Amino acid sequence: MNLRKIGAVLALSILLAPAHAQVEIQWWHSMTGANNTGVNELAARFNASQKEYRVVPVFKGSYPESMTAAIAAFRAGNPPHILQVFEVGTATMMAAKGAIVPVAKVMADAKEPFDPKSYLPTVTGYYSDSKGNMLSYPFNSSTVVFYVNKDAFKKAGLDGEKAPRTWKEFVAAAERLKASGQECVYTTGWPAWTHIENFSAWHNVAIGTKQNGMSGTDTQFTINSPLHVRQVAMLGDLAKSGLFTYSGRRNEAEARFASGECAMLTSSTGAQGTFGRTAKFAWSVNFIPYHDDVKGAPQNSVIGGASLWVMAKKPAADYKGVAKFFSFLSQPEIQMYWHTSTGYVPITMAAYELTKKSGFYEKNPGHELAVKQLTNKPPTENSRGLRFGNYVQGREVIEEEMEAVFAGRKDPKAAMDDAVRRGNEILRRFEAANK
Amino acid sequence: MEKRVVFRSTWLPYALVAPQIAVTIVFFFWPAVQAGWYSFQLQDAFGERTQFVGLANFAALLGDANYLHSFRITAVFSVLVAGTGIAISLLLAAMADRVIRGALAYRTLLIWPYAVAPAVAGVLWLFLFAPSVGIITFALRSIGVHWDWVLQGDQAMLLVVIAAAWKQISYNFLFFLAGLQSIPRPLIEAAAIDGAGPGRRFWTIVFPLLSPTAFFLLVVNIVYAFFDTFGVIDATTQGGPAGATQILVYKVYYDGVKGADLGGSSAQSVILMAIVIALTVVQFRYVERKVQY
Repeated sequence: MNLRKIGAVLALSILLAPAHAQVEIQWWHSMTGANNTGVNELAARFNASQKEYRVVPVFKGSYPESMTAAIAAFRAGNPPHILQVFEVGTATMMAAKGAIVPVAKVMADAKEPFDPKSYLPTVTGYYSDSKGNMLSYPFNSSTVVFYVNKDAFKKAGLDGEKAPRTWKEFVAAAERLKASGQECVYTTGWPAWTHIENFSAWHNVAIGTKQNGMSGTDTQFTINSPLHVRQVAMLGDLAKSGLFTYSGRRNEAEARFASGECAMLTSSTGAQGTFGRTAKFAWSVNFIPYHDDVKGAPQNSVIGGASLWVMAKKPAADYKGVAKFFSFLSQPEIQMYWHTSTGYVPITMAAYELTKKSGFYEKNPGHELAVKQLTNKPPTENSRGLRFGNYVQGREVIEEEMEAVFAGRKDPKAAMDDAVRRGNEILRRFEAANK
Repeated sequence: MEKRVVFRSTWLPYALVAPQIAVTIVFFFWPAVQAGWYSFQLQDAFGERTQFVGLANFAALLGDANYLHSFRITAVFSVLVAGTGIAISLLLAAMADRVIRGALAYRTLLIWPYAVAPAVAGVLWLFLFAPSVGIITFALRSIGVHWDWVLQGDQAMLLVVIAAAWKQISYNFLFFLAGLQSIPRPLIEAAAIDGAGPGRRFWTIVFPLLSPTAFFLLVVNIVYAFFDTFGVIDATTQGGPAGATQILVYKVYYDGVKGADLGGSSAQSVILMAIVIALTVVQFRYVERKVQY
């Protein structure tokens, strides 16, 4: 390379450099498909709205993968500014006091307006400490809903417009569907999230002591209660009589509903986008069924999804940019964009009202139903959310035991007792490690 | 007469092996020592608080019935993978050795699967055997087999064994074929003239002469089943259903990487290391003696 060329390159790079240095905000996330497009769009809109900061979204793999990557980066002394963490990682993040900066503090330090009360109560509760301080910024929240294939109902001589409301009605409908030749009657995504976590909140029973772990790490699982055993036993019986087909621990079940193979499904609200595009039949979104002999049911469902955590060890000045970005994300128009383009629930009341006014729900009633289910009643200690340490492993243990029941290899009571015993061992490890 | 080359220099031999030793230390010994050190600790996910807990991690593991169950699973899994992998590839190699026309194409095709990454192999078989859309599932259903590995532990085990063994067959095949071709023809021809049939020729002449290769492959396959099959499991069953395919190495990964439990995961890798060292020693001390080189 001769001198002239070097000169040209230098001149060019000076020309291309921004007029003043921007502060880069690294945002690690796990969003794919339409949700990934949404994340990039949010960052682009923020970057266009001001000049001081530039948010750089980086896809870091699945939820556990990006969390592991962030842990490794933190140990190496260079974490991202913002990290998207799924709900089961909440307890781990919360316990890592030196690794994170509470969102409430980030906002207060930057003097950005921030009102936790503007969020849906189930959302605020999930991500706040026992004193009510919001520790992470709620971003993408979903919940479990009940999907029904209306065409299959009609074929079985059932009213497609009337989805079963209780588990009793559910079983009756399931038998009719089976009799009409429906091979896979019912399946579920996320078995523990659906049939333990949301089931407990929906029936106002505790998943664990200490307000589901919210008020202390010395919590214990209580999912071997008669009601929990009854639910797991019911699913086991349904599996045995061919009314329930197990599909796996994640969202494998959704594809079986979308293809028309299974007529009923409980899974995330986030599946609506896919169903809207691929399902070749009429379907509806409904409240999760409940046991009508349980007092107080239905209560409200709990959220899943992820929130944004602010990591420590970054230059002090950067946090102002993070706060500005969160303020930007809190605007109802931005929230509405995210809600309507992804299927995640709107997380502020203002965004919900705005979406309602826009007429979006008339065309997409399923999107509104999730909000109604989450806010069905003011949340109780049992339905505010849950916070169990090492819950990635804890959920795994619960699902293993549930699978043993579904396969007919284990008695439901024994399985749930084992889930509690093994789950508690994991909780004790977490407690000891985070003393 | 001494035929070896002898270095007169005192430092040159060391300098020549230094890169290899450096690589071994950095990539093998250092992580192993670190795992050993972590196995005595209890850490939170971000490494902010570290406690020395002595043997508590090991005690917790050995007191856990599910962990002990995982040993049994691993034993069954490795025996099946190594056994089927070696048996099928030996059969294929013996057949390939006899093929005269199109031998090259035939061999090349048999070697292909080795180039497939374990995770990809897992996904391939996952699709073939998928409970609702898999082609093989349809075929099985038409002959009245209820195929649902998502819940049936034995079927899940069968699936991962097939996927893991399939991948290893090419590797074994290569070695067996090379071994077969190095067997002197006159030996076999002499036996044939003496009236020994193909089966007898194989068991009395070919197989004993192949035994060094078979022994080597046994060691390699067991190690493969213990460690390298992680990708297959992760892409298909992820240890499920109800822990039916939770082999030791997968649990190490799950607890360490996904569960962020470094201490427990390290203790498991130390145990795993001990097992593989013990197995290899046993193999070399006892099995090797029966092998004719």
